[in-house]
Amino acid sequence: MSYATDGSTAGTVGPRTQVREQIVEIVSDSGEGAQKAGQAFGAVCAKSGCGVWTVEIIPAEIKPPARSRAGASGIRIRFGSKVITNMGNEADVVIAFNEQVLYGRIQQGAYRKGTRIFLDSKWRKDDSPQIREAFETAIAEFREKGFIVQEFPLEEECAKLIANPRVGKNMFVLGLLTEMFGMNVELSLAEAAFLFRRKGEEVISRNQDLIRAGYAYGQENAEVALEVPPRELLTSQIVVNGNQALALGIMAAGIEVVAMYPITPATSVSHHLGDSFFRVGGLLHQAEDEIAAIGFAVGASYAGKTACTITSGPGLALKTEFIGLAVMGEVPLVIIDVQRGGPSTGLPTKVEQGDLMASLYGAPGDAPKIIMAAATIEECFHMVITARKLAEAFRGPVLILTDANLATGVQPIPRPEPREEWIAPPIDSSPWDPNVTAYDWDPETGLSPRPVPGQPGGEYVLTGLAHTGDAHVAYDPDSNQKGMEMRSRKLRALRKTLRPPKVHGEESGELLVVGWGSTLGAIEEAVEAARAEGLSVSSVHLRFVSPMEPGLKEIFERFDRVLAIGIQYTDLDEYAPADPTTDRRRSQFASLLRDETLVDVDSWSQVHGQPLSPGIILDVIRKNFSQHSAAAGRTQP
Amino acid sequence: MFGLEEDWELDPPARYFTLEDYEGGVARWCPGCGDFGVLTAVQKICRDEQLPPEKVVAVSGIGCSSRFPHYMKTYGFHGLHGRPLPVACGIKSRRPDLQVWVATGDGDCCSIGAGHWIHAIRYNMDITVMLFDNNVYGLTKNQTSPTSPQGLKTNTHPRGAWLPPLNPLQAVLGFTNCSFVAQAVDWNPPLLHAVLEAAYHHKGTSFVRILQRCPTYTDQVFHHLQHDPAQLLLLQHEDGLVMDEKIARIFPNKSGHDPSNMKEARAIADADGGEGAIPVGVVYRDPTRPIYDEFTTVGMGMTADQKIEALGQELDRFAI
Ligand SMILES: Cc1ncc(C[n+]2csc(CCOP(=O)(O)OP(=O)(O)O)c2C)c(N)n1
Repeated sequence: MSYATDGSTAGTVGPRTQVREQIVEIVSDSGEGAQKAGQAFGAVCAKSGCGVWTVEIIPAEIKPPARSRAGASGIRIRFGSKVITNMGNEADVVIAFNEQVLYGRIQQGAYRKGTRIFLDSKWRKDDSPQIREAFETAIAEFREKGFIVQEFPLEEECAKLIANPRVGKNMFVLGLLTEMFGMNVELSLAEAAFLFRRKGEEVISRNQDLIRAGYAYGQENAEVALEVPPRELLTSQIVVNGNQALALGIMAAGIEVVAMYPITPATSVSHHLGDSFFRVGGLLHQAEDEIAAIGFAVGASYAGKTACTITSGPGLALKTEFIGLAVMGEVPLVIIDVQRGGPSTGLPTKVEQGDLMASLYGAPGDAPKIIMAAATIEECFHMVITARKLAEAFRGPVLILTDANLATGVQPIPRPEPREEWIAPPIDSSPWDPNVTAYDWDPETGLSPRPVPGQPGGEYVLTGLAHTGDAHVAYDPDSNQKGMEMRSRKLRALRKTLRPPKVHGEESGELLVVGWGSTLGAIEEAVEAARAEGLSVSSVHLRFVSPMEPGLKEIFERFDRVLAIGIQYTDLDEYAPADPTTDRRRSQFASLLRDETLVDVDSWSQVHGQPLSPGIILDVIRKNFSQHSAAAGRTQP
Repeated sequence: MFGLEEDWELDPPARYFTLEDYEGGVARWCPGCGDFGVLTAVQKICRDEQLPPEKVVAVSGIGCSSRFPHYMKTYGFHGLHGRPLPVACGIKSRRPDLQVWVATGDGDCCSIGAGHWIHAIRYNMDITVMLFDNNVYGLTKNQTSPTSPQGLKTNTHPRGAWLPPLNPLQAVLGFTNCSFVAQAVDWNPPLLHAVLEAAYHHKGTSFVRILQRCPTYTDQVFHHLQHDPAQLLLLQHEDGLVMDEKIARIFPNKSGHDPSNMKEARAIADADGGEGAIPVGVVYRDPTRPIYDEFTTVGMGMTADQKIEALGQELDRFAI
């Protein structure tokens, strides 16, 4: 990286240095508009043709006190001349509204030696001596750590244009970033016009003035003059986060009823639907609680309109009894769990993949259901369409697992072209063949056609009690055994239609990393970096966890070691008991894989409430190789 | 000929339904259970109204009374304890063509499902809710219910229930947007039929509490009402219940209570379980309350092409 290293180049407009990618952060107290500015900058990057991933930095409290170390609010924008699939490692450039919020980020390892931090200089002149001192101490500490800290008069410059610079400085920063990375300022001005479209001309032009001021400030003080060349775009793109993608996917699937109860980080799906669902004829029902939400969805589904309910961990727990009923009564239903940290209220705004076992086994009794996990924002869209179809074809609930990382990550993805076959067909009211029972199970597949209210001759009572194929309550041993078998067989039938997952990297080798869900981008990036270092590592990533994708055992057996990686709890090596085969608690995912393949799958995972970065995973891979060669060395005669 | 018009034609309805068309097998409640009477009343109303069986859905929770859908030869949903109301609302949300009857017990509705009860009343969807109130948990064998009279001896309170009972009428009248509240007793079939019929015809959520005998566990709780009709107060009004004079005659106490009068309705409901006579008939009715169905059915019937076009516009909002 070639930054101007001192003030000597200020004011010069030289050629820009080209780089392949950059990671930029804006950090602030909450309520200072950093996320808004960052989203806008991400959109500008995307419109300039870059690959982008933005991830929000969210404090756990709605309004943490100002200038608090744990209260960092803001956004990270990673952009580059290729598709960007994750948040990356350490930031290159940081714009900070105060110095205290940086402590939390530093603790999370978000910065490296050479990270360039631009810090509002206003605190140096603050009335409070404590604040002035804290500011100077922090800068000294940061420089000690090797960060390049530069003060700049953010609020001071903004005050030239507006009375209250606290609420306008984010747009100044947008202008500044636009200049630093050689983007077209017209794009940023257009973003402001869009952002403030409901606030009137005056607000728009005031914000555009701030953007221009930030841009001009950047030109005169050209401390960063970089350029990220656009990638080649073959299709038109939309810029969405995972929750917007889910909302659009729901609409594209022709789902007409979504019932939910607000819970972070799933709620914003309902905000998007609240805004637009009616335009495609949809109903968003905000129920009185999560149980009512799924009850309403089950009712709508039973009556012929496959519905969807969206929640996060605590809500999933409340829904379990109804999920069991949907399995038992064979009601098609789409359930989306945007996972957050657990157990209990846990980490409401932060990511975890801890609901895997709960979604598989949460309901009492044996309740086989289809469970998919989206690995990318694009998959958030397409999986809903698939889920609705599977729910109807396999007559039961389908769960989609996503997480807070996907929910808030923003990325340009190819614009989907809606197709008629995605959309649910109208309700069938034709007479039902009286010779066909309500559960006319195919003994091979467990599949059966489903009568819907309104179909004459199809009248039956859906019951959660054990029942026979003609929907009659039956407690006898054979009927119960048969019903269980039929519901179980559906998963086997689906599994037969699935393809084994593709191996990323060589088809065989020393280490195989296995993941699922939002960690895909980081894992593959880490695997590529490790392979570049000469390590024999590959990865596979699962989309279906129930039924499990076929062929895993064969793939696992082609590698010396298999390591499950994810954002779930596992006892890590440092604390591992003497006998890891009996005493160690493995991650939920590792346990599932072991059960599925009988291969001795190891697990590495952590629950920091953060997405995994490629760097962390790369370290884990390196450590795995060094430990292994050390162990191999010990056993040498 | 035979006094008929000349252009008279025999044009019977394509389908005519008899009681049998709504009878789904042999009901298996205890002999003497009040649930039988309610089942018969509903089947008769379906027949009288000539409701196509495929357009009727009986929804219930769990309990003895929640067996109800199994004995109707219509569509049915026998779901989870306490949760029939969300299911019923979901069914109705996009299917205004279906007639939804909900059967729920006093444990089902007033205890485990109480949260849904409040909100279903507020949604005021066009469904009929029948609270089978036997003052006890029947299916799980004699535990105290929220409506058990104080002092009732049950398996969980063998020395007598500690707390005063919850008054369902009073509760419902306190829920926002309540639009139809009535009470009936299982042992007077014509009255029960008339009350349920009025409930069926009301547009909105009609809530009917049915005092229902449980010969096995609470045989005695309604004895006094059964044997002394003077302890009941028959509510008759042209906007509520209009009873046949022959039936009305057996009630010595009558009131011309106007069901649109909420203040009086509350006073009448207060009497229930307290000093005064137990009201039967329509306690409250307001056909002008907003119904949630008006919102849930918006956008129904959009064609695939229309949806695709609208979706394209939605995607364009995110386009770069
Ligand atoms: C979640 C759950 N909790 C408890 C039960 C057990 N249970 C079944 S019915 C019932 C109470 C029934 O009483 P009520 O609703 O008054 O109906 P009744 O049997 O008297 O008609 C209970 C507690 C259950 N089925 N599910």
